[in-house]
Amino acid sequence: MTIEQLLLMRHEIMLLIAAVIILIIELSAGKDNKSLMIPAAVIIFSLVTFIGFLPIETGKLFGGSYNTSDMIILMKNSLNIGVLIVIIQSAGWLKHSFENFDNSGGYFFIIISSVIGMDFMISAGDFLMFYIGLELATIPIAALAAVEKMKRRSSEAGIKLILSAALSSGILLFGISILYATNGSLFFSSLSSDNLNSSLQILAFIFVFTGVAFKISLVPFHLWTADVYEGAPVNISSFLSSISKASAVFILIILLFTVFNSLVSVWNTVLYYTAVITMTIGNLFAIRQQNMKRFLAFSSIAQAGFIPLGIIGGTQFGISAVIYFLLIYIFSNLGAFGVVSAISNATGKENMDDYNGLYRTNPKLSLVMMLSLFSLAGIPPVAGFFGKFFLFTAAAVQGYYILVFIAVVNATISLYYYLLVVKAMFINKSDSPIEFINNDNYTKAGLLICAIGIIIIGFAGIIFEFIESASTGI
Amino acid sequence: MENFLYTLIIPVILFFSFIFTGLSGNKFKPAVSGIICTATVFISAALSYWTAYQYFFLHGKVNGVYQIINVYKIEWLKFNETLSIDIGILLDPISVMMMVVITTVSLMVHIYSIGYMKGDSGYSRYFAFLSLFTFAMLGLVLSVNIFMTYMFWELVGISSYLLIGHYYNKPSAVSASKKAFIVTRFADLGFLIGILLLSAFAGTFDFNELTNPNGNAILQSASTTFMGLSAISWALILIFIGCAGKSAMFPLHIWLPDAMEGPTPVSALIHAATMVVAGVYLIARLFPLYVFTSPVALEVVAHVGAFTSLFAAIIACTQTDIKRVLAFSTISQIGYMMVSLGVSGYGAEEGLGYMASMFHLFTHAFFKALLFLGAGSIIHAIHTNEIYSMGNLRKYMPLTHITFLTACLAIAGIPPLSGFFSKDEMLVAVMEKNIFLFAVQYVVAGITAFYMFRLYFTVFWNKDKKYEHVPHESPNVMLITLIFLAVCSALAGLIPFSQFVSSNGVPFSTHIHMNIAIPVVGIALAGILLAYALYKKESLSPEKIKNSLGVFYRSAYRKFYIDEIYIFVTKKIIFNLISVPVAWFDRHVVDNTMNGIAYTTNFVSEKIKYMQSGQLQQYAFIMVAGMILIFLLTLYLIIV
Repeated sequence: MTIEQLLLMRHEIMLLIAAVIILIIELSAGKDNKSLMIPAAVIIFSLVTFIGFLPIETGKLFGGSYNTSDMIILMKNSLNIGVLIVIIQSAGWLKHSFENFDNSGGYFFIIISSVIGMDFMISAGDFLMFYIGLELATIPIAALAAVEKMKRRSSEAGIKLILSAALSSGILLFGISILYATNGSLFFSSLSSDNLNSSLQILAFIFVFTGVAFKISLVPFHLWTADVYEGAPVNISSFLSSISKASAVFILIILLFTVFNSLVSVWNTVLYYTAVITMTIGNLFAIRQQNMKRFLAFSSIAQAGFIPLGIIGGTQFGISAVIYFLLIYIFSNLGAFGVVSAISNATGKENMDDYNGLYRTNPKLSLVMMLSLFSLAGIPPVAGFFGKFFLFTAAAVQGYYILVFIAVVNATISLYYYLLVVKAMFINKSDSPIEFINNDNYTKAGLLICAIGIIIIGFAGIIFEFIESASTGI
Repeated sequence: MENFLYTLIIPVILFFSFIFTGLSGNKFKPAVSGIICTATVFISAALSYWTAYQYFFLHGKVNGVYQIINVYKIEWLKFNETLSIDIGILLDPISVMMMVVITTVSLMVHIYSIGYMKGDSGYSRYFAFLSLFTFAMLGLVLSVNIFMTYMFWELVGISSYLLIGHYYNKPSAVSASKKAFIVTRFADLGFLIGILLLSAFAGTFDFNELTNPNGNAILQSASTTFMGLSAISWALILIFIGCAGKSAMFPLHIWLPDAMEGPTPVSALIHAATMVVAGVYLIARLFPLYVFTSPVALEVVAHVGAFTSLFAAIIACTQTDIKRVLAFSTISQIGYMMVSLGVSGYGAEEGLGYMASMFHLFTHAFFKALLFLGAGSIIHAIHTNEIYSMGNLRKYMPLTHITFLTACLAIAGIPPLSGFFSKDEMLVAVMEKNIFLFAVQYVVAGITAFYMFRLYFTVFWNKDKKYEHVPHESPNVMLITLIFLAVCSALAGLIPFSQFVSSNGVPFSTHIHMNIAIPVVGIALAGILLAYALYKKESLSPEKIKNSLGVFYRSAYRKFYIDEIYIFVTKKIIFNLISVPVAWFDRHVVDNTMNGIAYTTNFVSEKIKYMQSGQLQQYAFIMVAGMILIFLLTLYLIIV
């Protein structure tokens, strides 16, 4: 193996180096210098993100177990941007929760490990690599969910996540083993050239789908979501709801278009029904939530329900629309979670009622929150509108008018509960509103990046064109 | 070519004075707003005289033909290679002429209003809107592009609406402003559809292209037909509907008499001299298109104009509100202009009707503004609009009397006042083309003289009436404008108009046609004499006429029940047969569906919340069960 070939794995290698450097810094820094961890992590990860955008060759490694393409690099870069925002946003929470920054090096290490897992998973060329990546992506997050050791809910979140994840990966493994049993290969390339159409193979598909859908939290595999998001620290919830979900969608697209390409009619049907039920159930639950983290959890479930609209036609435009939607979703969701996290860190308040009159005391936070929620709801001219618009277009072009209609109705329902929060912030009066929060620069920067992203991505047509040009050839 | 760039200042400065007075007028004494707006209009007027001088005498004529000059043209919205909406300034004889008329009358009205509106609580608001209106009107006449015309057309409509509703605590003013807006807006729909049709067939919005007799628009446009008429004819007829709305042609004239609820100077500016002639102006602007592609549309223009002029003249004889008489007189005179345009041909001498129409527009602006301002002066003095409450006012208001008389003689067409010349040209043009229309117009000339002098004798002669206090002459600031306009009305006819304005830009010369002039003056004098006999002294004879004419008089007095017909059609037919069922459908079916969706959503959400129990074992169960269900469903769908 030459060095050039090794460099195909640039994203993973860089992340690994970054993780190790952070560990070394943590070990070598004295007790008084632990606060350096945050700027160090931000700088290192910014570098990693930046280098990820430099042009590079694409190709295969390890006999096809690992492969990259323009689209896969694009996916990894999208994830990196999201992770960078999460890292920046975590600063406030780290300062608040860990007085001496005891664990912050570990925190960054674990997050980056999870991202390495995701990158390997997306780049996987066979089921073995895929499964290792998946586990590497999930298990660290379970540890992070339980990181606030003194809080019972945090531990509960960790346990629930790891147990549900264990169940889902068990099912996934079962599916993989059936595939191996019927086809005698674990390589995507050889599976995709075989014709899968026996009932057993369909069962295998459903099992694999379940394993991935669990991570995307499609209904009915979503039940862990709300409990985990509520119990885990806000930044972990935002990581789970944005980065983890996006990575799972990416691998789902790759699996559907390679391994299961002969089962198009089957997965179209499955996606159709899961999309409908996910949107609807997510919305119905989101309407009732009072806790902001649970609220965002269900909102993220409902959002996930829109994603199949882009996949379902199996067109290249649809894939671009999904990646574009996810990019916007990462910014919008991180914006909303960022505000919740800022408020939660400063005051510990997480209920919607606490947000009454927020605009009077914290106009900037309220505005970022409003932008993010508008983007999630898909109100023009913010980016979320274009994201949903392209998804709907992709489905409508393929003739799924009823599905688009249901999606539109659900988008309307979602508007209701997003506006409830906006109403609370801007219109409702409160005797004891949350007092003015003086955020540190990291929080401000994190929110600013989200706000700018929400506005820019919608208007800069070049971004969608770039995604469309990159998302050829899976 | 001389640089006309400064013409941009003429409209734009008014826009800034509108913004300034509108936003900060309340911070100063009211008089400040009045002075600022009047000063800006003065600058506009001065610049437009300079433009007119430069255009007509120095730089406008090349090889004996007045050129169309595009001073500015900025592409604003581009649809394809040829179709784009441009913003700019276009100078040609009629736009320069209109610019002079608008700024002059507007300046007079501004000065007059300083006195007339004194003490009004909405003083600066009034001046701000007056500036806005003048800006919009200038934008309309100077536009390079029919879509730009449309935008300013609507802006004129809205500022007219705002000014009519100036006394917004008076219900009649509010309903009058709404009526004006809705009726003209309804007509503008025709205009908009007309523009779209026109652009679809001609492929351009640009006036230079549209009105070039050798251009593609005219050559290519007559191909498609619909219901026996070419598509372009339909477009031009629809545009004429828009013009009829603004210019108060039958049957869309109903808003103009009610619009008299606005302050009287506003009536003088908007509803006599400028906005109501916008329709005539637009047809003149598109004239080559009308002549070369659709003689039918021109026929429509001529006949609607003729009918309206007769119709309105008859109603004017019966009205007792001084401003309404003038309003119907305006409608009638605009009808005249339409007829003259409608019978005109293209060219120098062949385009006599075109020239005469523009000429009459020009002279009419002065004497009609004068009549309105004179009426305003009277209303200012005795606080009523009712002519039978006035009488013998010449004793108290000598200057108003003299100027009003000048205007009456001008509109009646008595030489050597301005109305005589323009009316003579119009009647000559009509006579050459259509003897029937000439007969109608000839009769209308007599009726015009009659109702104007009926007004004059009743108000200024007749007997003293009971006045609350002794009527007094208006303040000097108002009288100055009356005198200025009286001079204009008297002398404007002496301008050799055909040397400046003609349909193709080639100047030609005209002379008085004695064979027409003498009978026309004769019938006008007859009308005046009749009015003299009936109204000079208070006598029973008007009452007698009322009784002897009976039904006819009553129906003319009620404006031939056109308003009632509108109310019947809208309230009884449209409201009952369309609006009520639609409203019912909306309230019961649409609303209940929406409420039902909301209710169901809420209900289901309440019922299923127990699914989220927090029990991990239940989560696992649902997950596996869901998976199996999906598998079974998939198998079922595949087998079926």
